[in-house]
Amino acid sequence: MKKLFLILMLLPLGIHAQEKSKKNVKTEFTVVGNCDACQKRIEKAALSVKGVKMVNWDIPSNVITIIYDQRKVHLDSIHKSISAIGHDTEKSFSSLAVYDALPLCCQYIRKE
Amino acid sequence: MKIQVVILCLSWIVTFSQDNLSGTIKYKENNKIIPVAGANLYWENISKGTVSDEQGGFALERDVVSNVLIISHLGFKTDTLIVNSNERLDHFLIPDNEDELEEVTLIQRRKSLQKSFIEVQNIIKVSSAELLKAACCNLSESFETNPAIDVNFSDALTGTKQIKMLGLSSPYLLISEENIPMVRGASQAYGLTFTPGTWIESIQISKGAGSVTHGFESIAGEINTELTKPLTDVPFFLNLFGSGNGRFELNSHFNRKLSDRLHLGLYLHGNQRKEKFDRNKDGFLDQPLAQQFNIMNRWQYIFPEKGWVSFLSWRWMNDQKLGGTVNFEPHLDSGKTINWGSEIKTNRFDASFKLGYVFPKLPYQSFGFQSAYSNHDQDSYYGLRIYDINHKSFYTNILFNSIIGNTLNKFKSGINFSHDEYDEQVNNFNYLRTDQNVGAFFEFLHDNNENFSWIGGIRIDVHNRLGTFVTPRFHFKYLPLEKFVIRLSTGSGRKSANIFAENQTLFATNRKINITGSGGQIYGLRPEKAWNYGLSLSKSFDIGSDDLTVSADYYITDFVDQVVVDWEKSEEISFYNLTGNSSAKSFQFEVDFTHNQWNFRTAYKNYDVKLDYKSGSLRKPLQARNRFFANVGFESNLTAKDQQWRWDLTYHLVGTQRLVETTRDKANSYSPNYSLWNSQLTRVFSETFELYLGGENIGDYRQTNPIIGGENPFGPDFDASQVYAPVFGNMIYAGLRFKIKS
Repeated sequence: MKKLFLILMLLPLGIHAQEKSKKNVKTEFTVVGNCDACQKRIEKAALSVKGVKMVNWDIPSNVITIIYDQRKVHLDSIHKSISAIGHDTEKSFSSLAVYDALPLCCQYIRKE
Repeated sequence: MKIQVVILCLSWIVTFSQDNLSGTIKYKENNKIIPVAGANLYWENISKGTVSDEQGGFALERDVVSNVLIISHLGFKTDTLIVNSNERLDHFLIPDNEDELEEVTLIQRRKSLQKSFIEVQNIIKVSSAELLKAACCNLSESFETNPAIDVNFSDALTGTKQIKMLGLSSPYLLISEENIPMVRGASQAYGLTFTPGTWIESIQISKGAGSVTHGFESIAGEINTELTKPLTDVPFFLNLFGSGNGRFELNSHFNRKLSDRLHLGLYLHGNQRKEKFDRNKDGFLDQPLAQQFNIMNRWQYIFPEKGWVSFLSWRWMNDQKLGGTVNFEPHLDSGKTINWGSEIKTNRFDASFKLGYVFPKLPYQSFGFQSAYSNHDQDSYYGLRIYDINHKSFYTNILFNSIIGNTLNKFKSGINFSHDEYDEQVNNFNYLRTDQNVGAFFEFLHDNNENFSWIGGIRIDVHNRLGTFVTPRFHFKYLPLEKFVIRLSTGSGRKSANIFAENQTLFATNRKINITGSGGQIYGLRPEKAWNYGLSLSKSFDIGSDDLTVSADYYITDFVDQVVVDWEKSEEISFYNLTGNSSAKSFQFEVDFTHNQWNFRTAYKNYDVKLDYKSGSLRKPLQARNRFFANVGFESNLTAKDQQWRWDLTYHLVGTQRLVETTRDKANSYSPNYSLWNSQLTRVFSETFELYLGGENIGDYRQTNPIIGGENPFGPDFDASQVYAPVFGNMIYAGLRFKIKS
């Protein structure tokens, strides 16, 4: 049965975020990072926000896909939670001190 | 994510007419091409990118800085292309549908035997590539190259192999087919030979306490077999096999796509052995004459956009074995005391239905329903002894998967129901029994997304013979260092002992059968109950491009109650409930090393299986204390024409085994150590055709006198069940595989 579900989950499912259901909102945005270690950090930071249900951060595209409960959490606090550990997002940026404390492989090249 | 770097050298002809790159993203599934919507495309190091549309189409502005295009989509391998022209790009993504090792390689070489670092449980995954290493032919013979499972010989007549894990025989394992319990009840003795090898897509072996979602019956572990599926199997497959012991096999698969959503598969198997062999000149056939016909039909329905998957399968099998003395003629001699002989005829029908649904908007939430029916009918005689069993079974299971809060906390919950009707004829005795069980289960999985995860499961069952009881199971996984896994597990399991079906070798003796009832409800015996505790450690090292994995595990199975099978008194076999202690302790140390095209695997195993018989505490007979295993495999790189050589050599050293006192063996005697060598060479000529040649037991080790009292098979001493080594000796085989790919 597990395998069966796996096949399903790997096929492209609905791609457009559905806004009508507030309980389960799907969103995508860019979070800067480089490696496996970043992936763990970013996903952990996003999941630590109450109301975030599922997170998937893709290394090559730097795109994070999140399913969250709009009634419990505002999208901005997810951005903030991620930038708070050093990874810039589209809306929220890390302080230099936090950025400098990132593990070596996660020291992405900052724009500007 | 694994990055497969595909370097596409598109033509250098530069067209200045446009600065847009356009094309489509698709993937292949069998013979159909499906567009990939929502794939991310972007130039390396630049945030500029796009997403493919519903038809997989895309248009992307060229960039002056980067010509490295990255295409990614969840569920596919991420591809990196070097694009040097503006020619239309039609690219195929490769589905990435297995748990993967963290590797970045140009040529992906997946290990055919994988120890998982991801699963919380100690699970060994055996792929179809590993299964090809075994001589043939069916599930019972698929474990020869796998150190987690020991293959033994059940008796000197039927040629059946018996498997053991953690020092316990297969009745203590939950053997399922696509998560539906399969080899149980009546099929315990021969059930593993009823699944042809080519039908097996993969096997998952889980040591120790299992998952509560699969039932309460697993005590030493679980073996799940995934069968080939119409959607992913090749349209046509043919396998022919012949061996020096007179066995011939034919396997054929047909798979058709009936529509985008419906796929059909038809799988056929036939085998036959007509030639009589008596190499050891004891007057008895070394292996029975046999034939089997097996057919399976599967319908697979998928509707991924809506989240539905379904399977409808049925199969029918007829198996016949004829063993005994060389001169035995069944129509003349059966039921008489002239020549000793045995016939075992089995008819089995299976049908199953599965339905799965994944909530399209919530990929972490799903439900599944499965239902299965089987009718197993065996008619057999062994000399003057009669054993007939009919077992009808109905099983159904509903499962719901979701999360609590977020995906770090997952749960599975559901109920299952089983109904089993047994009708057994043992000589003049008729045993009728109906078992009915309803169970509810809940399993929680926490993963801290870093280095620690655990599973806690509990189930409550109401069984008409085992009563109402709770089964807890726990698994912990901790990674203190990178690629270093520590696992702990514990849990209980119970089962009713189908004493005759599980110990059918007793009919190949003239031992008197004693059942000492203890007020229980299964042949007067109480059900078996045990706790299993396990610790396993595994560490991988990357040495350049080589991979070295060292693992060790230790498991204890401690029986609270057990049905003791007591062979200790000659001319008798006794069944009674355990009074005192019974435990099986197993230690395994394994080293696995991969260097380029070579793989080297070696394992040492130590078993300490002791129980309190009426006559005192003894080691279990016919159980080697020490075993050593080594396997060397070589796979040449695939040439441009898809040609390849594959070779492997397996060595087993089986330590001494305690023998029970008989007219052949003195009390407290032990079998000698012995070694077995197997090897196989495969030549892949193309994607469609390959030939293989192999030898089993090349060193020709044979047990000298496997049958006790064979000169007077109707006398009280006769016993063909005391077998510790191969009876037949060396065997050479060859076969071909032909497949038409889409």
